[in-house]
Amino acid sequence: MNLGLLAPEISLAATAVAVILLDLLIQRKGLLAIVSIVGLAVSAAFTIVMYGEPAQPICNDTLAVDNFALFFKLLFLGIAALVILASVDYASKLERFRGEYHALILLSALGMMLMATAAELITIYVALELASISLYVLTGFLKDSKSTESSMKYLLLGATASAVLLYGMALIFGTTGTTQLGAIAQQVQTLGIQGVIDSPALILGIVLLIAGFGFKIAAVPFQMWVPDVYEGAPTPITAYLSVASKAAGFAVILRIFSSAFGLPNWLSLDWGIVFAVLAAIGMTVGNTSALPQTNIKRMFGYSSIAQAGYLMVGLAAMGVASAGETIGQSTILFFLLSYAVANMGAFIAIIAITNKIDSDLIQDFSGIARRSPLMALALTVCLVSLIGMPPAAGFMAKFYIFNGAVQNGLLWLVIIAVLNSVISAFYYLRVVKVMWLGEPTSTEKVPFSGALRVALTLTSLGVIALFIFADPIIKAAESAAKMFGS
Amino acid sequence: MDSGWLLAIILLPVAGTILIAFIPGLSERLIRYIAAVSTLVSLILAVIVFAGFDRTLGGIQYEMKASWIQAINANFHLGVDGLSLPLMLLTAFLGFIVVLISWKIHERVREYFAWLLLLEASILGVFCSLDLLLFFIFWEIEVIPMYFLISIWGTGRREYSSIKYVLYTLFGSAFMLAGILSLYFSTGSLSMVDISEGGLAMVQSIMPASIIFWLLIIGFAVKLPVFPLHTWLPDAHTDAPTAGSVMLAGALIKMGGYGMIRVCVSICPNVARDYAPLLLALAVISILYGAAVTLRQTDLKRMIAYSSVSHMGFVLLGVFALGEISLTGAGLQMVSHGLLTGLLFAMAGLTMHNVEERDLRKLGGLARQMPVIAIVFSIAGLGSLGLPLTSGFAAEFITFTGAFSSTAVEGVEVYTLLSALGVVLAAGYILWMLQRTFYGPVLEQYNGVKDADNLEKVYMFAFVALILLVGIYPRILTDIIQLGVAPIAGLIGG
Repeated sequence: MNLGLLAPEISLAATAVAVILLDLLIQRKGLLAIVSIVGLAVSAAFTIVMYGEPAQPICNDTLAVDNFALFFKLLFLGIAALVILASVDYASKLERFRGEYHALILLSALGMMLMATAAELITIYVALELASISLYVLTGFLKDSKSTESSMKYLLLGATASAVLLYGMALIFGTTGTTQLGAIAQQVQTLGIQGVIDSPALILGIVLLIAGFGFKIAAVPFQMWVPDVYEGAPTPITAYLSVASKAAGFAVILRIFSSAFGLPNWLSLDWGIVFAVLAAIGMTVGNTSALPQTNIKRMFGYSSIAQAGYLMVGLAAMGVASAGETIGQSTILFFLLSYAVANMGAFIAIIAITNKIDSDLIQDFSGIARRSPLMALALTVCLVSLIGMPPAAGFMAKFYIFNGAVQNGLLWLVIIAVLNSVISAFYYLRVVKVMWLGEPTSTEKVPFSGALRVALTLTSLGVIALFIFADPIIKAAESAAKMFGS
Repeated sequence: MDSGWLLAIILLPVAGTILIAFIPGLSERLIRYIAAVSTLVSLILAVIVFAGFDRTLGGIQYEMKASWIQAINANFHLGVDGLSLPLMLLTAFLGFIVVLISWKIHERVREYFAWLLLLEASILGVFCSLDLLLFFIFWEIEVIPMYFLISIWGTGRREYSSIKYVLYTLFGSAFMLAGILSLYFSTGSLSMVDISEGGLAMVQSIMPASIIFWLLIIGFAVKLPVFPLHTWLPDAHTDAPTAGSVMLAGALIKMGGYGMIRVCVSICPNVARDYAPLLLALAVISILYGAAVTLRQTDLKRMIAYSSVSHMGFVLLGVFALGEISLTGAGLQMVSHGLLTGLLFAMAGLTMHNVEERDLRKLGGLARQMPVIAIVFSIAGLGSLGLPLTSGFAAEFITFTGAFSSTAVEGVEVYTLLSALGVVLAAGYILWMLQRTFYGPVLEQYNGVKDADNLEKVYMFAFVALILLVGIYPRILTDIIQLGVAPIAGLIGG
């Protein structure tokens, strides 16, 4: 067994421990963020070195180091780094537990990286819990009543979802006799169409898996926790939840459904339709519920439900696609990346603004553009990307993912999705309108620290760059998804 | 064969936008000069391209093609043919003129000119794109600057009008996106040239062409606009700042007519012929309904806005009569309407600015107080109702004769005759508008209002010169437009 293949995870775990220990020793807590960023960079460097190598199973086939996993690892590392940059102002307000705050972010990133790597049900579950438990704690970090309530809600519902998931896994293990994804695929093939119909436990297991992961990715009807938790959590953690946690959920779904239940076409067709229906409902519910929101964090909560709906269009395409086609997977990868950059960018700007005006209400963003035009412009670019309009990454992502769906005969779903984008324009543009057209409540500039400035510049330029230079990124996504085609 | 001309024409206003938006500490004066210079150079290049277009050769010229996203076979592909060239030139012309029109804007100058130039660049991009993805991207980019122009510098219910404009446009383009994806799915190509050359066999093998046709045309119909999707237009045109109205009426809504010919008709000619009667009926409704509603208006700008609905109906008539001459007429009508309505809005804006009144019931006798504006306004009005020697006459005459004689659609004569009634109504509302504003008894409260200053006279002269040039010698455009539409009419076989 080659432990070197786990270098990104090992180095990240070491950094997390180091951050906790350092917290005890040093007085200048600002150093913690720097150490965390360095740890993330080292881990990313290990990951990049491995990129492009042929896939290698390790740890007795429980983990698979392949391009797909590496793509997600880089994504999680990048998001975690942005969250830490975005937390600099925020964390400086914390009196205690600053070391733990950073360590928990690193640990949940570790959990998500393992989720993307895991190729076996038990390992997936353990990785998922590592990521989730860290997030439960982070959600309650403010310790005020709202934050505690949302943490509690998240914990209870998350635990229920985990139980459902575990039950589903147990049923699948019961009918196929294995937890290895590859071996499950073989078992399903041997069972054949009649065999699967005759074993309702397996079908129930698959349904419970969809439900369990549906919670993670905020798919309707498992989305109830989203607005409350998003509103109560510290804003950087809300950003983290809306982007990384969702991406991790999709990473696992992609791997399980592509490798374990991907091949017999009669089976993938079935879950493909399930995802298509969930997508249609998710987009519509998310967008229509976001319309009347007045709190920006709640609005982003609902909008992230809608975005999960667009992503599930890719899952539907993946299910309906003929064997060996990986357009669904690669479009989801590209969409996740674009969504992550745009949503992180939007949240970073929101963090800076809400810190200053001390309110999460959209109406209080009035006239921000006069006070800090460049920041308003950056937020506008990110919002335009989330609507899915050019010249921003979100447009390419939507074009690409809807293209994958049309290729597989899901024109009806695409029409629902594009109409939903129009609805979403209304509430995203409302924020733009308030910022640019509203009268400023004061002439004071909105200050933002160097760290936020770096993070915001990276994301808003990233949104444009992903649009103009989409070609190499799409190629990377395709090569990462290709392993599911064989 | 790669030519950077078109790229330069599009990028100059973009460069202006970037300079204006990001260089700190520019004075208002300098911002105006940057805007004027970048659009003027762009216009000069456009004129050179127009002059250099080989009229004996036809086809697509000044092409430029670079691979962009290989995974979906998308290219950065620019080029102009006889259909798009006049519209591109019109946009470049209006793009420069609106900077002059906006010379007196003093509110948030930096943002204003940045958005205005970006708007021009995106419309130019629409007319020059030969790749469907690129076309759609420019089509969508245009929405954002227009939203800001209406909502910040507009008048009246500007926030309502601007969001209405955005939602209508996005609604239309949502269907268009589905249409483009379907087209790509059934042909494997995003190149307009390849798809229309490949013909129907390629399209119909997988998905009924009529579905694609209707998905695509909804987007164009919203923009043109076609009844019953027109209701955004009066609001947006009325509440936009003068420059915004000029760009909207002059160049932006032409994207709809252009798209119908370029994408819908040339890619699905058979479907277009099948559904032509329905679309012609909508054209007649747009013309007559638009004219009837115009007669009822009391607001100067709203009146011109509704007249656009009626006049763009002529374009729809010309397009779906599907004859070579009628298509040429539609192309000419787009250019002519761009000049005439552009001038009408500019004059209306000037009148409102100087008199500070826009209600037709309260205006009157202004010909004494502002003679220059009155004369130019009257020329634009008379052109708009189709007086010979103006571009309006040439365009409408060619459209009607072309539509009447078209053999592609059964019963087109009836639609044409009904449409011609629109001209009679136009004479009614335009003469009424001119009479209420400029003639009749002189009102004392308007004594001492300013007439046009020198800068304003310059662009008025430019407009009038072009209107008369096209009216007296329409071949300067029709020769070129015919080169562009002949192959499309050939597909119909009418």
